[in-house]
Amino acid sequence: MSSYYFVIIGTRDNPIYELEFSSFRSGVSGIQVPGKSQFSPSVKEILPFISHSALDIIEDAQWSTNSFNLGKIDSFYGLMINAFISQGNIKYVLCYDANGSGTNGSSSPSLNKNDENSIKQFFTEANELYVKCLLNPFYSVNNAITSPDFDHRMKLLARKYL
Amino acid sequence: MSKTTRYSGDEMWKNNVEKIQNSELFTLTYGSVVSQLCRDFNNNYQEVNQQLDRMGYNIGMRLIEEFLAKTGAQRCQTFKETAEMISKVGFKIFLNIQPTVTNWTQDGKTFSLVLNENPLADFVELPMGPDNRICRDLWYSQVLCGVLRGALQMVQLDVDVWFVKDVLRGDDQTELRLRLNKFLKDEVPAGED
Repeated sequence: MSSYYFVIIGTRDNPIYELEFSSFRSGVSGIQVPGKSQFSPSVKEILPFISHSALDIIEDAQWSTNSFNLGKIDSFYGLMINAFISQGNIKYVLCYDANGSGTNGSSSPSLNKNDENSIKQFFTEANELYVKCLLNPFYSVNNAITSPDFDHRMKLLARKYL
Repeated sequence: MSKTTRYSGDEMWKNNVEKIQNSELFTLTYGSVVSQLCRDFNNNYQEVNQQLDRMGYNIGMRLIEEFLAKTGAQRCQTFKETAEMISKVGFKIFLNIQPTVTNWTQDGKTFSLVLNENPLADFVELPMGPDNRICRDLWYSQVLCGVLRGALQMVQLDVDVWFVKDVLRGDDQTELRLRLNKFLKDEVPAGED
């Protein structure tokens, strides 16, 4: 069971949306609520810092590739950080712990690739959702996204891909 | 009669469709107008409604001319016929939607138009404030009320138009209500001098 922390960063390096969840695949332990993240409290409180510190790396990495998906750009004590950047300079950062591979044995390369792919798809669709949200006349760039509908759709995406 | 009018409404939309290449442009333009009004009037939504209504009224007064020129429609004999005309031809040629006419009152002077889809409100989601005032006060598509009021006034029908439900507010459907007050005297267009 990996846990995920997803955050959307605006153009002024301000967070505009964040979401914590765990993988919906393979519910191993029966007790816990599906989708509830398993980060320990000490990790939980530094997650925003980790993603914030990844921003510099993202800004460097964006010039070295043509694709919007920057892939895995950083890791921090077993936490992986994937990032995606949009045309409008909105950054999507996903932190996740790698212990999900523990249940599946040591992560084979193919599985890893699979993961990367689903993260990429997750990012792409998250971006589409964001664009839809941006079309709302009452929303302007860099505002926090408070719409419950967006939140709901985001959770569906998380469920679908991660 | 109603069959032929619906047909002509469909036809006209089809012939017209190349002109409106991107309905999103229209939707977003209207959206910006509304949100700008909200900013200009400091989120005084009653005032915003009024402004939208006034804008619609001015649109409607002109739009009826185009409507009559395009359709060559004859004078409706009853208010019921007018209702059909509004839904099946009017909305059809200008917005390509066909609201359902329902909820007639006994005296046949008031009815509802239920908009199954609302091209004005695509993408729109009213922001959830702490007090939710916007959901209580703003009628996002109020311009439609103005358009109907203006257009019908030009054909000597004095009507009141108002929204009773809007999906944007979380209602199950979008519903407009029209009430016929009186037939105006033929010669003097109201609003002139």
